[in-house]
Amino acid sequence: MHCWQFIARQLPARNRKMVLEMGAIDIVKGHYIRELAGKGVREDGRGLLDFRNLVIKPNVLENTEGSAQVDLGGTRVLCGVKLQVESPMDDTPDQGNLIVNSELLPLAHADFEVGPPRPEAIELARVVDRGIRAANCVNLTGLFIEAEKAWSVFVDLYVLNYDGNLFDASSTAAMAALMHTKVPKYENGKAIYSEKKNALKLDSTVVSTTFAKLDNTLMLDPSINEEIESDTRVTIANDGKVVRAMQKGKSGSFSTQEIETLVDVSLGKYGEISKKLEHTR
Amino acid sequence: MASKANKPELIVNGKRLDGRDFGDLRSLTIEASVLRNADGSAYLEWGNNKVLAAVFGPREATPKHMQDPAKAIVKCRYAMAPFSSIGEHGRTGPNRRAMEISKVTQEAFENTIMLTDFPGSEIDIFIEILQSDGGTRAAGITAASVALASAGIHMKDLIYAVSVGKIGEHLVLDLNMIEDNYSDSDMPMAFSPKDEKVLLLQMDGDFSKEEVARAMRMGLDAGKVISKVQKDALLAVYSKAAAGQKQENGA
Repeated sequence: MHCWQFIARQLPARNRKMVLEMGAIDIVKGHYIRELAGKGVREDGRGLLDFRNLVIKPNVLENTEGSAQVDLGGTRVLCGVKLQVESPMDDTPDQGNLIVNSELLPLAHADFEVGPPRPEAIELARVVDRGIRAANCVNLTGLFIEAEKAWSVFVDLYVLNYDGNLFDASSTAAMAALMHTKVPKYENGKAIYSEKKNALKLDSTVVSTTFAKLDNTLMLDPSINEEIESDTRVTIANDGKVVRAMQKGKSGSFSTQEIETLVDVSLGKYGEISKKLEHTR
Repeated sequence: MASKANKPELIVNGKRLDGRDFGDLRSLTIEASVLRNADGSAYLEWGNNKVLAAVFGPREATPKHMQDPAKAIVKCRYAMAPFSSIGEHGRTGPNRRAMEISKVTQEAFENTIMLTDFPGSEIDIFIEILQSDGGTRAAGITAASVALASAGIHMKDLIYAVSVGKIGEHLVLDLNMIEDNYSDSDMPMAFSPKDEKVLLLQMDGDFSKEEVARAMRMGLDAGKVISKVQKDALLAVYSKAAAGQKQENGA
């Protein structure tokens, strides 16, 4: 039991409802995070533009064509990549498909509920997809097999533990899994999954950086408390040279100057993450 | 994104296919208060986009557990009509793209509506794309902003949205459908014009650091035109009402 639930039990019914609804401890915690941010300090002692510890474990699942598990601080995301022979889309008859999906599993956090995907999960998958697609990471033309046949690459992101910043953890997990994906053998119109041939051809590496804003303080890789308390956040994905995708979230606002600063920081972070991805090879 | 194979030439002799310069908006008209039952509404035509936005509320938030005793909640639905695009009949109801757009649109309006003025209530924003021609999320936000104002909902500012794209090396304002399909990059943005803050920002493609800065500047500059159309739409409603009043009094 959380201590605030315990406190709430001691209160008369009316006040109890208030405390439960307002989440008194969350408010106190929020004030604390905000106060620290005002001084340029973070609850875990990190610098404002530091990532938490990032651990990338590739090839964690045997039945997939590629997989990886990423720990970013306490956030854990598992990514499985499956390939399947399908007919290409009508408007891109010479290309394969890339499909990114994400699930905020109910085991990942007490607030994640069972049921159809919520807007948060859809946004997460679409933002990861946008970065990978815009940076042309997966060579879609290379997925073409023959007339009416091409590989579809299914990237499934399973959030196993939520501790803030799912965007960067998921994007890194997807990149790592794709880097370790092997294309099955293709024979007589079918995939032979037991025989893997070549590695999936990737043309670039995309790195995602998510920033939270609390009052006027900008911070990279927000923890769960920082994320909840933040006024707004922005995810910037880049390929080391140019910005490939962006997504602002939450109801706060940025000045154009702040966005320019963060684009700069994002490009500067490329080396750190791409090197870690490269080391898993 | 459509295949690059049959990509048409999008810029000929320094002009875009529809004759616009790089920094030109398409024609934009907005009419406020067009629906009877809604508390506020607006009909917008932007290029060949045709968009209807309606607002209900503030009204009691349902389900009850969603109520916030401190402020109003905003609900937003962006949806494209199944007949809105050239080509095949679309699927009815919200898809993943629509759900994402609904979410970021809602977040932009949460910033601008004075939520604490309406505790315990909800404000519903419905955006229906009747005909699409690129930049529908920007059109939807621009229309919804007028609908909210016509509903008399307290807001900090009359926000607007616009998209900046990239064709070859050129940054271009307000992509139409063909440009959107074949262009290299697209960056939809929403701004509150008074303080020039970014309320919605999405992007895909490739933008250098300098291009991101320039695109935001183009978006802010375009606001001068868009905001005027929005305000004129609201003014028209009240001047019409005032004229009607005068006539009544005279008779």
